[in-house]
Amino acid sequence: MADEKSNAAAYWSANVRLITGCLIVWALVSYGFAILLRPLLSGIPVGGTDLGFWFAQQGSILTFIGIIFFYAWKMNKLDEKFGLGE
Amino acid sequence: MSQFAINLLFVGASFALYIGIAIWARAGSTKDFYVAGGGVHPITNGMATAADWMSAASFISMAGLLASGGYANSSFLMGWTGGYVILALLLAPYLRKFGKFTVPDFIGDRFYSTTARTVAVVCLIVASVTYVIGQMTGAGVAFSRFLEVSNTAGIWIAAVIVFLYAVFGGMKGITYTQVAQYVVLIIAYTIPAVFIAFQLTGNPIPMFGMFSTHSESGMPLLAKLSEVLVELGFRDYAADVSNKLNMVLFTLSLMVGTAGLPHVIIRFFTVPRVADARWSAGWALVFIALLYLTAPAVASMARLNLMTTVYPEAAGQVENYEEAMTNPIRYEDRPEWFRTWENTGLITFTDRNGDGMIQFYNDGNEAFAETAAERGWAGNELEVNNDILVLANPEIANLPPWVIGLIAAGGIAAALSTAAGLLLAISSAISHDLIKKTINPNITEKGEMLAARISMAGAILLATYLGLNPPGFAAQVVALAFGIAGASIFPALMMGIFSKRVNSKGAVTGMLAGLGATLVYIFTYLGWFFIPGTNMLANTPDNWILGISPLSFGAIGAIINFAVAFAVSKATEEPPQEIQDLVESVRYPKGAGTALDH
Repeated sequence: MADEKSNAAAYWSANVRLITGCLIVWALVSYGFAILLRPLLSGIPVGGTDLGFWFAQQGSILTFIGIIFFYAWKMNKLDEKFGLGE
Repeated sequence: MSQFAINLLFVGASFALYIGIAIWARAGSTKDFYVAGGGVHPITNGMATAADWMSAASFISMAGLLASGGYANSSFLMGWTGGYVILALLLAPYLRKFGKFTVPDFIGDRFYSTTARTVAVVCLIVASVTYVIGQMTGAGVAFSRFLEVSNTAGIWIAAVIVFLYAVFGGMKGITYTQVAQYVVLIIAYTIPAVFIAFQLTGNPIPMFGMFSTHSESGMPLLAKLSEVLVELGFRDYAADVSNKLNMVLFTLSLMVGTAGLPHVIIRFFTVPRVADARWSAGWALVFIALLYLTAPAVASMARLNLMTTVYPEAAGQVENYEEAMTNPIRYEDRPEWFRTWENTGLITFTDRNGDGMIQFYNDGNEAFAETAAERGWAGNELEVNNDILVLANPEIANLPPWVIGLIAAGGIAAALSTAAGLLLAISSAISHDLIKKTINPNITEKGEMLAARISMAGAILLATYLGLNPPGFAAQVVALAFGIAGASIFPALMMGIFSKRVNSKGAVTGMLAGLGATLVYIFTYLGWFFIPGTNMLANTPDNWILGISPLSFGAIGAIINFAVAFAVSKATEEPPQEIQDLVESVRYPKGAGTALDH
């Protein structure tokens, strides 16, 4: 029982760590690159405009898709590793 | 065949398809009605979620907003897609594991309180109904334009169609009709975009064409667009915004609103396994992104096309625009599509300086006034409504009539699919959460189904009535729906999963505080219940607290919700042990299969 409990707790903290990492990337591409850090990236040209503009209208969306699939893949592996899958 | 007959053919054929699918997939038991038997594949579910999510606002107005605002309106793109990351990481898998039918089910059980359930039902109904009003209005506009009927008739036709397949099909009907609607709307959106991208840049993929070279001038397309706009006193297309706080908060509001909207969340109850809920959110975003990555290309290309239609000589110019700008087209030489849209009143021309030519520029820009005066211009002469951009796009690019028919079917599919999903969320909240769980627990399964159908019919009538007499601009109403969902439902769900300490008192006061603060801030600037003239302050950036627009306030409301819920929970008792065990069990996928068959 105690083992089961500490196993579950380890699974949950691994999940929370993974979520935190994913959300940092999520915030970095949208609130960071596309909005707040855009002036810093203005020197990098992308097809007639700058990198910040590209992140605002294309890059952030592409990154969001990547984050969700990465999380799903990683979580399925965690489910298996901790024996808590279906 | 006339354009009218072609539109009728396309819209009629797509309807026959949706209704046919709804009849084929008629729901049998209550569980089928709400969640399609829990047996929908993640890719199918992702496609249906995408159709559910992309409303008339995404299909018809978003590209117009991007075209007029340029970079500054990127919040719509990031906000309406980034919400899926929150949904996939913080909500969807756990709510699927919880294994009940509705959002108030979770809030009521997790916070062990009928009050919490009822507050959640109220938040859900207010958010959904406001959103449906916008859809009915949008469907009405699309019907009236393409079927050449009055706006009122258009809204009633929409109401009847939604009623038929939502009421008789239930969720299963909706899931498969929405897959069909997704296919129709994505084809309708991308085909004209591909043609236009190829015409302008030689690159047929819109999302790449947007960042490549404009064939006629040899300049990068976006640089070309900005140059033309600046020459006419408009804002540079890529110009940075000065109030970044507001842009951040607006994006955040749209994101948490996305994760809090009940008709999207309910989708994740319909997949077989917890792992599928995770994949489903990813697939939904893939299908949504197909449109959202194309929209900015449609926006920039349509804006450039519009400018070069008025100033034909500007298309091939580089740097020296003086001659091109003083030689716009003559009003009598305007193209055919221009005339068609003039009939709807959405494009208007007033010859202010009486020279018979169309001067289209920004007369609100004081720095540009001198140049305009030198050129003998007496004010902007052309008004173009943003919302016509996507619908007029194929006509501007001279595409064949069947493409226009396709756009008609696509726009209507977008509005109807979202309206149907929202109506399902409303009806299940009333029949399941309010009647079965609160008022009359002994209701039979048949009685519950009947109540669901009656409340759906009631919700359609209410939304149709409000769609005929909308309480404000569609964009304001939609933003309110997002603010309500983001400030009330999202924080309660998230705390219910990630904190064992938040108790019923905390959740109820948090939801009420978040909802209340958001409504008060919005009504202060837009009028109480949107009644014109009842606002206490003028809706201008100078009056906004820290420059935060009422549209961005949902994010602040969500923060207030979290803060109040934690403070109140801290000061009161811990939740009972069985609730802490429930939170624990929601966190692990193991045993999800049995949870659904309760």
